[in-house]
Amino acid sequence: MSGGVDSAVAAARAHAAGHDVTGVHLALARNPQTYRTGARGCCTLEDSRDARRAADVIGIPFYVWDMAEQFQASVVDDFVAEYSAGRTPNPCLRCNEKIKFEAVLDRAVALGFDAVVTGHHARLGADGLLRRSVDEGKDQSYVLAVLTRAQLDRAVFPLGDSTKAQVREEAAERGLAVADKPDSHDICFIADGDTQGFLRGKLGDAPGDIVDGRTGERLGGHNGAYGFTVGQRKGLDLRVPAADGRPRYVLSITPVTNTVTVGPREDLEVGTVSASKVIWHGAASPLECDVQLRAHGEVYPATVTIEGDTLTARLHTPARGVAAGQAIVAYQRSPEGDVVLGSATITAAAPAAPVPPSSALPVASRA
Amino acid sequence: MAVTAYLDHAATTPMLDEALAAYVAAAREAGNPSSLHAAGRHARRLVEESRERIAAVLGARPSEVIFTSGGTEADNLAVKGIFWARRAGSLNRSRVVASAVEHHAVMDTAEWLGTHEGAQLSWLPVDGAGRVDPASLAELLAAYGEEIAVVSVQWANNEVGTIQPVAELARLAAEAGVPFHTDAVQAVGQVPVDFTASGAAAMTVTGHKVGGPVGVGALLLGRDVACTPLLHGGGQERDVRSGTLDTAGVAAFATAVEITVKSQAAYAERVGSLRDELVRRVVAAVPDAILNGDPADRLAGNAHFSFPGCEGDALLLLLDAQGVCCSTGSACSAGVAQPSHVLLAMGADEDRARSSLRFTLGHTSTSHDVDALLAALPGAVERARRATAWKTPR
Repeated sequence: MSGGVDSAVAAARAHAAGHDVTGVHLALARNPQTYRTGARGCCTLEDSRDARRAADVIGIPFYVWDMAEQFQASVVDDFVAEYSAGRTPNPCLRCNEKIKFEAVLDRAVALGFDAVVTGHHARLGADGLLRRSVDEGKDQSYVLAVLTRAQLDRAVFPLGDSTKAQVREEAAERGLAVADKPDSHDICFIADGDTQGFLRGKLGDAPGDIVDGRTGERLGGHNGAYGFTVGQRKGLDLRVPAADGRPRYVLSITPVTNTVTVGPREDLEVGTVSASKVIWHGAASPLECDVQLRAHGEVYPATVTIEGDTLTARLHTPARGVAAGQAIVAYQRSPEGDVVLGSATITAAAPAAPVPPSSALPVASRA
Repeated sequence: MAVTAYLDHAATTPMLDEALAAYVAAAREAGNPSSLHAAGRHARRLVEESRERIAAVLGARPSEVIFTSGGTEADNLAVKGIFWARRAGSLNRSRVVASAVEHHAVMDTAEWLGTHEGAQLSWLPVDGAGRVDPASLAELLAAYGEEIAVVSVQWANNEVGTIQPVAELARLAAEAGVPFHTDAVQAVGQVPVDFTASGAAAMTVTGHKVGGPVGVGALLLGRDVACTPLLHGGGQERDVRSGTLDTAGVAAFATAVEITVKSQAAYAERVGSLRDELVRRVVAAVPDAILNGDPADRLAGNAHFSFPGCEGDALLLLLDAQGVCCSTGSACSAGVAQPSHVLLAMGADEDRARSSLRFTLGHTSTSHDVDALLAALPGAVERARRATAWKTPR
């Protein structure tokens, strides 16, 4: 129970369904004051109090579990290490994988509980299939697709059949004071929302070159490749305009040489995505499905092939700005809600159509 | 889940019927004890009679009883107030000496004086049972003497129940001319407590640990001990503590203190033997359980164990689910269990400190409480041991 409206209503629904429910709030910061203060985070004393009050109103026991060590090791340190390796991590996904459905679940099961209930917006029905929420804008199946079968078998998501508006309404009806609490958006362990500043504090200045992907020409410098994300256009601070005068985008980040490669928009286009650390729920490949390449990103029809621990997706329409470290999640379209087929971590992306070889290299070299 | 066994009397204990009746009777009446009219005089009489009753059973003079909002305020008043007054007399007197196992109300107050008032701090170490060795205080007094503003050592420890050699410590401090404060919150009603005989300059007591209400307590403060007020205002309590006196609370507090102190010997015998039974049965059920604190010289109602391989907060959750209420010791403001500073000071490693659980008996305890604990404990320990694996990172 984060102290927000979703987990409060999820707990209330599980309790109302007749389960023996215990509320758990995770203390994720060694010193709670160092994480975000205010209503948006998940780690503050105020959030802990809000969660406790919700548990009181529902009428269930409530405890705070100290997961600060695990969170630091599995989420925060991983976040920094991924950026320093030129990848773009998703810490919410990692928190689901390593904290909520591993550290918390393992402890809960050992203590005699059967499952972890969360307020995620996703459907997990009697058929055992993970589907998108009915509220497509709030759908969180992308950051849950990393869960294994064993983890899903001990997960309960009571909110998947409701929109966020319905959840808020129900919270108000149930007398839960968190009904109108603002949504959390940013990364909970970066107090001021300044991800670049956070990374600079952890990784320090690491000056390197910004080069043209087609010509290899040095266009300028940077103070740390972690400050860039594939697809980024603003903040490049390039003094030399492109020959054709068109805007340039970050195409890739190469940690070995600490180089940021830029080029025109069309060079961002990706036709093939490779990924590793595959979580796959059994559908035979190759198969036709949709893939999503970032949280709340658009979906692309694709042919997906699984070989060992490698997933390859050939996109039928090109995608732009595909960043290594993000998850690729495969969905099967369904009128009852698109079904998650599996998930993997993007390692490389290759261009859609034949282009001059010099531009293909940096993109593919990201692995 | 209904409560089947309340084993957390050291946190707070139910009010005595007599104290509740005294509270209700006084609370029905109008009258500020500082008012000059008949209603005020009636309230004042109740307060002063209460003061006399408390003084009588705790070996103090009535004028030495300063009513406060409870133990935390009394500890703050004693440590800060005596520090400020002593330092005002001489800027050299700026050292605060306290034991390493004090309650946070003393410990954090001393830390605050160190951070904000330039106090030097000396912590008295404790042995494996949690007891201060008077020789360590003698050494500090020999080294710093008059530079010490105040010494504070609790009468009995709130976690492990170990009783401190208060009279000897107070005598050493008095010989060096240094005021000695003792937090007797856990001791009153559990062991004989006599303020004058102890030789202490100041002593903290509180209502809700002896069957009185929460929110009322007292600092017993020797008449010649200078103490700078924390709270300024009407000067109600000897000009050391301001604020309208809580007539009903004070009346109930006095009733509870009087009854509890007068029945202390019988209580200690009855509850002490119940506690011994609890300890015996816990050790029989969980043979590797470690009893923390002094095996004999401890509070009658206190049993404090470490359960190797368990997290104390996991055990608490599992026992709570069976209706058994107990405590893991100290908790921080976010509700996260921290390893107890008391056990760490006693030389326990962090695992032993984290695996600890406190069961405290009180005036309503019966052997049914012990039965309920023993019915739930073995299964809880087994589960908590399995849950310890969650800590191991993959």
